[in-house]
Amino acid sequence: MDIDSIKPVILWTDILIWLLVISLSTFLFTLRKNPESRAQWRQVFSSRLGMVTFIVIMSYIVLALIDSLHFRKVLPPTAGQDANTVYYSNTVNSVLDVLLGEMSERKERSYSAPFSLKSFTKENMNDAEGVLYRGYPDLHHAGSHLTDKTQHKSDLLLQSLIGIAKGLIAGLLLCLPFRLASKQSELPLFTGVVTVLIVCAILGWMIHVGNLYHVLGTDRAGNDTLYDSIKGIRTGVLIGTLSTLIMMPIAIILGICSGYFKGWVDDGVQYIYITLSSIPGILLIAAAILQFQVFINLNPGFFEVGLEKADARFLGLCFILGITSWAGLCRLLRAETLKISQLPYVQAAHAFGVSHIRIIRQHILPNVMHIILITFVLDFSGLVLAEAVLSYIGVGVDSTMPSWGNMINLARSELSQEPVVWWNLLGAFFFMFTLVLAANLFSDLVSEAFNPKNRQER
Amino acid sequence: MQDDKQAVLSVRNLSVEVTNSSATPVLKDISFNLYPGEIFALVGESGSGKSVTSLAMMRLLPEALTITGGTVLFDGRDLFCATEEEMTAVRGNRIAMIFQEALTSLNPVKKVGAQIEETLKLHSQLDTKERRARVIELLEEVGVPHPETRIDWFPHQLSGGQQQRVMIAIALACEPDVLIADEPTTALDVTIQKQVLDLIRNLARSRKLAVLLITHDMGVVRETAQRVGVMYRGEIIEEDPCEDFFRNPQQEYSRRLINSLPDQKHFREACHPHPLLEVKGLKVHFPQRKGVLQRIHDWTKAVDDITLSIGRAETLALVGESGCGKSSTGHAILNLASITDGSITFEGQTISGMSRTAMLPLRRKIQVIFQDPYSSMNPRMTIQRVIEEGMISLKMGLTPEQRAERVIDLLQRVKLEPEHRFRYPHEFSGGQRQRIAIARALAVEPEMIICDEPTSALDVSTRAEVLNLLQELQRDLGVSYLFITHDLSIIPQLAHRVAVMKDGKIVEVGTTEAVLTEPRHSYTRELLSAVPHV
Repeated sequence: MDIDSIKPVILWTDILIWLLVISLSTFLFTLRKNPESRAQWRQVFSSRLGMVTFIVIMSYIVLALIDSLHFRKVLPPTAGQDANTVYYSNTVNSVLDVLLGEMSERKERSYSAPFSLKSFTKENMNDAEGVLYRGYPDLHHAGSHLTDKTQHKSDLLLQSLIGIAKGLIAGLLLCLPFRLASKQSELPLFTGVVTVLIVCAILGWMIHVGNLYHVLGTDRAGNDTLYDSIKGIRTGVLIGTLSTLIMMPIAIILGICSGYFKGWVDDGVQYIYITLSSIPGILLIAAAILQFQVFINLNPGFFEVGLEKADARFLGLCFILGITSWAGLCRLLRAETLKISQLPYVQAAHAFGVSHIRIIRQHILPNVMHIILITFVLDFSGLVLAEAVLSYIGVGVDSTMPSWGNMINLARSELSQEPVVWWNLLGAFFFMFTLVLAANLFSDLVSEAFNPKNRQER
Repeated sequence: MQDDKQAVLSVRNLSVEVTNSSATPVLKDISFNLYPGEIFALVGESGSGKSVTSLAMMRLLPEALTITGGTVLFDGRDLFCATEEEMTAVRGNRIAMIFQEALTSLNPVKKVGAQIEETLKLHSQLDTKERRARVIELLEEVGVPHPETRIDWFPHQLSGGQQQRVMIAIALACEPDVLIADEPTTALDVTIQKQVLDLIRNLARSRKLAVLLITHDMGVVRETAQRVGVMYRGEIIEEDPCEDFFRNPQQEYSRRLINSLPDQKHFREACHPHPLLEVKGLKVHFPQRKGVLQRIHDWTKAVDDITLSIGRAETLALVGESGCGKSSTGHAILNLASITDGSITFEGQTISGMSRTAMLPLRRKIQVIFQDPYSSMNPRMTIQRVIEEGMISLKMGLTPEQRAERVIDLLQRVKLEPEHRFRYPHEFSGGQRQRIAIARALAVEPEMIICDEPTSALDVSTRAEVLNLLQELQRDLGVSYLFITHDLSIIPQLAHRVAVMKDGKIVEVGTTEAVLTEPRHSYTRELLSAVPHV
């Protein structure tokens, strides 16, 4: 593709997610200096489970990241158009779309089952002699490369093997530098390499076969379910990370301040979070999101394309989820800070005349870091699920935005019809389940490694 | 000499190892007998295997430890061969235990009467009324005043000594033959310690109880036990009748244990230097709040009108039992607690009521060492950073190289290696950490150090090392100490003068010799008589 023929679209969430990833990597890089936290991270990664779940989470994040590089294509010039102005397509694509090939453009008329060559619903058709009959029409795109429809199964097998082989080659190329870099290491590198290869093989198969067939079928509007599920990754990962990003500073600052300064600061913070946690969360989120939607609808001028509107609503959702979910962490941090600020080493720091800010930074923050980290990883999976629940009741992300919650919401009616359309739910379920399971297992390992009670001191 | 036949309980060649690691034996061939009416004391420093012995006897070892050999004969039966069901009948019923922390061993949400009754319910056939009568009887026996009302109290309403008495009452409820007391008085004040030890001694005599007393305090052993076993690295290295043991200990280690008790005959000469710190009429009151609006309805008078002074290079010991306000005094002098009334002057400057910033130049001159060496250092800082923290925040204007040099110098002064500065606090033992804490205080060249019970968390041998170090530093650097302690035995060799504190007031001040040999106040006399002597 020619670089001049695209116009980059920078969404707010794109900026935030990239900033977040960069700052997190730098943070982790600075942690390398501290031998204690290095030992703790080594403990996490020295277990096979830690390695596998980390790679799974990382592949989700990578997919979300390359899905966060958006651009608009140039429209081919049409007659009667000013030759000097360039018009851009109204659909916004991402780098991931390029990677996925034509998956998004291969639209059918309506439902079709996974790998099927024919539509799921009967239609009126004319046969060769022009007689009207009802039957399952052929799909436009699935299996359109086949000359002989009877070769369907053997072709599927062949193409699967090609796809897996492509994925494996890409995986091997990816692993090569790591393999050479660290030969001797107590980390389970072999497990890591195998996981990377498996992930790459699955991805390769999905992309290759997904461009020839509808691997997970199509939905009511004929969109490819696999494509929607993969695009849903960005929404899921973003809602998990951005909401936590908004929630963390509030919780950390308020929690530590109230535990450290006590007195009226503590009273104030406590009143705020008690008030907040006594309002039903869903109600607050629904009210805020609906208000925000009204704002978006009243100000169409702010948004150039439809995706920007959806993005604004999405950002609003992250924001409101973050605002409503800091009370738990704040409470934990307040309690821990109350305890730590009474310990002799903080008293000794007072006796040395160390300033408040320095005490908080040097003595309190490092010693509550494990709580923050554990909450971050735990909350992540909770928020991914929260998005699904909110979209299900209709106050989640915009309906044009691909998300697992929206897919599940649509699947509600599909499940109650006969014969059942099950693949939409399966797609959302599989991708969400893998991410949440990996995040939960990983957070278990992190909390085990970072919990001071498990540390062998004394 | 009694033979094995008379023994209620005898332990034969008991060995315990860390599970799946025979390289680290915890107990090696322990053997001893317990006889009715006799108190057998097992002494040793922390980590020598005293508590493991008692837990192994009851088959209550944590999973990390395994019994690898030996027998425990109780009534002619091997407890290690008994089924778990039979053991339940033995535990609590025939062999009872009491622990160090009475408050954590009692259930805070149940009345003490109900907790004593529980054992009775399990192991006897008495009905409700008889049980209550029995509980009152027991409470009376262990010396809890007004047992008829106290039976319905909750543990937190009782004092520490009374809680320990309730624990003993629970232990005695089923008339056991053996009582295992694991450091029963370590958490108690001296006066209460004396009462509890007296109680155990009387019960052993009147009930023909065989008592296994586990302790690290040689004074307690001397006062209570009839026989002594010395434990060292998982072995009983010496077993003697108490008298013989103290007169003529066989092992070098036993001699060290006995000699580690500070010399109480020689007093430090009092000196009369110019006062460095003067405290006049100091009051620290904490408000007690009540009700929805948190109105102040009363004051807790932690420190109530005390006056004292400390001279240059002088040590003043502030002695008192827990809760008498001695630590609050220390905090007030450090300007960490707000004072209600009175004045504190340091080198002629009034520091009471000084703001945080105004206090900064003086922070260099007054430093502090805390009791618990485990929590007095940030676990996430290297020793280098721990020690240089004060130098940085008090802006002593040193370059990083100069600071590193100074840290090395300080570590050598407190007899640690310069390489230790790159390690983390948890890599050091309690005594070493306390020395690091001293180095940290010295880093800013203070003129006075407030020592808040710096040795009470340490073993006897390390305690002596730390005390000697403190004295050496005083001689070399001329620092003054305000030495806050409840331990009267360490005072003679340490302090020039002593102030005795009770309920927020100073009841007696004087030179160490005068106060310890001719106490004027009745409370001082009470304290002195309660101290176990060797």
